[in-house]
Amino acid sequence: MANVISDETIEYVGILAKLELNDEEKENAKKDMESMLDYIDKLNELDTTGVEPMSHVFPVNNVFREDVVTNGDDRENILKNAPEEQNGMFNVPKTFD
Amino acid sequence: MSLLDYTATQLAEKIKNHEVSVLDAVNAVLEQIDSKEDTYNCYVTVDREGALKKAEEVQKKIDSGELTGPLAGVPVAIKDNMCTEGLLTTCSSKILGNFVPTYTSEAVINLEKAGAVIIGKTNMDEFAMGSTTETSAYGPTKNPRNPEHVPGGSSGGSAAAVAANECFYALGSDTGGSIRQPAGYCGVVGMKPTYSTVSRYGLIAYGSSLDQIGPLCKDVKDCATILETIASYDPKDSTSVKRDDTDFTSALVDDVKGMKIGIPRDYLGEGLDSEVKDAILKAADVLKSKGAIVEEFDLGLVEYAIPAYYTIAAAEASSNLERFDGIKYGYRTEEYTDLHNMYKKTRSEGFGPEVKRRIMLGSFVLSSGYYDAYYLKALRVKALIKKAFDDAFAKYDVILGPVAPTTAPKLGESLSDPIKMYLGDIYTISINLAGLPGICLPCGVDSKGLPIGLQLIGDCFKEKNIIQTAYAYEQARGDIIKEG
Repeated sequence: MANVISDETIEYVGILAKLELNDEEKENAKKDMESMLDYIDKLNELDTTGVEPMSHVFPVNNVFREDVVTNGDDRENILKNAPEEQNGMFNVPKTFD
Repeated sequence: MSLLDYTATQLAEKIKNHEVSVLDAVNAVLEQIDSKEDTYNCYVTVDREGALKKAEEVQKKIDSGELTGPLAGVPVAIKDNMCTEGLLTTCSSKILGNFVPTYTSEAVINLEKAGAVIIGKTNMDEFAMGSTTETSAYGPTKNPRNPEHVPGGSSGGSAAAVAANECFYALGSDTGGSIRQPAGYCGVVGMKPTYSTVSRYGLIAYGSSLDQIGPLCKDVKDCATILETIASYDPKDSTSVKRDDTDFTSALVDDVKGMKIGIPRDYLGEGLDSEVKDAILKAADVLKSKGAIVEEFDLGLVEYAIPAYYTIAAAEASSNLERFDGIKYGYRTEEYTDLHNMYKKTRSEGFGPEVKRRIMLGSFVLSSGYYDAYYLKALRVKALIKKAFDDAFAKYDVILGPVAPTTAPKLGESLSDPIKMYLGDIYTISINLAGLPGICLPCGVDSKGLPIGLQLIGDCFKEKNIIQTAYAYEQARGDIIKEG
């Protein structure tokens, strides 16, 4: 049950992952993913009919609090690590023409 | 005996009695770093100035009686994935190569309140993805017991820094064994507490449902003391659990009479090095001779833990690492044409190969059409694995086994075959899936002189069982590992 990852799939995953791969990296990624998926397919040996997917081992509840502001204006700190900022805002490349 | 040979709690005692000053301790560690760091590369950042300044402040508070705790004045190293205000925090990645956090992670704040002096930030596998500390963008760390070998990972810098006396204790994080396995490879003590015990606030996330912070240190007493200090309920971590049983040092009792210990037969089979197996069984005999009830049993599902883990961890990683986009912090590529091109180039240049591999896999298993078959399937298998442990802990107080199939491999031998590397996590990984606490402590050396790690696993919230068993074993074992 060897998995085959097509060029289209790797292209699509690259878009989802926001990664730009060169041709060599693409070939390697295909091989890596194929062998990982072959390995992960081992899980299909187990019958999990009726088993609920478990995302957390303990019950996780929403943590509610009163809608009261507790933090002050932290803009300076928030922007401290920004690669580019302008007028107290994050600077991003042009997104609309 | 050199000052550096003290455990963390011994040193704190000496400081309290004014036999040693905090500055003496910090200077001793800095000198050790100066002489060893070129060889071992345990640290990404050493905060010499900050540590010397802090030493003075802490000394004053100790002298005035404000700080009286069991770790006051002791120099500590922090894994470089925990945010520290004003101190570079890289995750050993190029993408965070210039990131100076404006806040401090909760676990580190708890240490600072207890009078810890931070020496620096330790090297790790990039974003904690790896088992050898070789995926770091800042060069590999070497194993202080033998520098031709890896220290393990991903908290390899923390484990090596403890083993090399380049700190008195360290914090690490454990997503699939990243505290316990390097502790085993470096011959120190390391512990992952029950999920939710230590706040993850300020820990740069890898697999959020699996990540836990824990101590790496010289003995079990230090381990319990550090864990007691860093454990806290924190509303800033929505998975944090309120516990009133975090007095872990109360379990430092040299008594295992009647303690029920199970050894999974599945942990002793194919793939386990015979020297490691012998050392583990010898440790079990020691506990038996002290009155523990030891027997072998079938745990089951062991071989399914790794594929389930890598599916879940990669999925969570691909989501968690979306935040590195070149806008809010960290690296941004030099040249780009538009927003999406900037994202892609920033991330492709900023992340290393193992991180990219896991982001790609994670994006795939979460994508529409594959989500059910891979991601949900893995979560269903996780439920079965948890059930297998529940059944085991209905019979036993502690599960005993190896921490890794072999001792530390040589540098450069692991990264070429990812699946083989992942297989090395077989004894540690299911503990994260099930949220359980686990401790690793040295139980021998192999014929190459490399440390062998013993792993003790407890039921959720039952850290005290494994601390007590580890402590009793350590008392009987005595010293086995000398500085390499």
